[in-house]
Amino acid sequence: MNLSRRQMLILLPAAAVAWKSVLAGTPEDSPNYKMSEHWWGMLIDIPKCIGCGNCVRACQTENDVPDGNFRTWVERYHVTDGDMVSPQVISPDGGKEGFPVVQEDAGKYFFVPKLCNHCADSPCTQVCPVGATFVTPDGVVMVDPKYCLGCAYCVQACPYGCRYIHPEKKVADKCTLCYHRITKGLTTACCEACPTGARQLVDLKNPKDPIHEFLKTHSVQVLKPQMATGAKVYYNDLDGSVR
Amino acid sequence: MSVFKDAGHLFRFAGLFVLAFLLFLVIRGFVVPKTFGQYGHYRGAAIGEVGAHPIKFAGHQTCEICHTDVLDVKKSGKHAHVNCEACHGALASHADDPASVTPVKPDTAVLCARCHTASAAKPKGFPQVVPADHSNGLPCQTCHNPHSPAMAAGGAK
Repeated sequence: MNLSRRQMLILLPAAAVAWKSVLAGTPEDSPNYKMSEHWWGMLIDIPKCIGCGNCVRACQTENDVPDGNFRTWVERYHVTDGDMVSPQVISPDGGKEGFPVVQEDAGKYFFVPKLCNHCADSPCTQVCPVGATFVTPDGVVMVDPKYCLGCAYCVQACPYGCRYIHPEKKVADKCTLCYHRITKGLTTACCEACPTGARQLVDLKNPKDPIHEFLKTHSVQVLKPQMATGAKVYYNDLDGSVR
Repeated sequence: MSVFKDAGHLFRFAGLFVLAFLLFLVIRGFVVPKTFGQYGHYRGAAIGEVGAHPIKFAGHQTCEICHTDVLDVKKSGKHAHVNCEACHGALASHADDPASVTPVKPDTAVLCARCHTASAAKPKGFPQVVPADHSNGLPCQTCHNPHSPAMAAGGAK
């Protein structure tokens, strides 16, 4: 774009001030953020996902996720002829660079983005022997890297496979729901980068959040509801073959 | 008093217990972090530490402060809800210092194909093309404005 010098001089300080307010400190220091006023989750709209892998790349960039580990990833399901029990699932490099092109339209295909479900009754936090992983008052499952021993009990306990041991730090690592962003009024990196709106950050304590209307009017499911984990990642139009 | 006559060793032993317990309390006071138990059985300060991670994606709200001209083009087109950094990549560094960090324009041949390459696995309603057949090797922006990709009435510009 072409801006005159005068316009640039006016815009730059304004942008700098706005950006500084975004960067203003930790949640405790941020006077506008109160943990008790939020209860975070996510909505995944399966019919909108095109499997581009933008979310996976954005997450790895934003959170310095080491190669080969994933805080979020995308799976492609292929269900043939109503075979709900054994769908073919692929996720090449977490779907980071997209998926191989399919020529022939045999059976049913769909993409399932996955991430930590930020369970309210999380199995992973219950098994931690040292209190290094916990659910915050605003509903985010978090790891305290200074307290974590790297015993990997939680990695085994997560029914969704959402945790890994960080290869360098040797502690458990996982999705923080971009806590450093959501506490400053931004959405998560994956939601910011999703081109189709298939992923949406939701605040279940915010009465104005469109999620409430969405949950009322759509067929929404969580993963493994039989495990009663209190998962807060809601999937719209989820196929029964998804595990 | 005769009950306690031969109990001196027991008192000394009990005293040791009390001392050990006090020592335990003192050590515990030093070792357990101040914020442990603030919200639950964990270190409350960890929440703030996780929240202090640096931001890499500035967010479209920040981009739109300066790039109002792009916003005007985008908002009437099909890409109205595609956020800036979905294509341009993480640019908080540019928002932080617009003068010295100048983003490189993405290569449309790679960028557009990532979403719009035809595949039977994609949702049927999503616009898809076979890039080789569709453009004959021409870059996408020859005909489409990436910020508002629908072609103007009357075909390519």
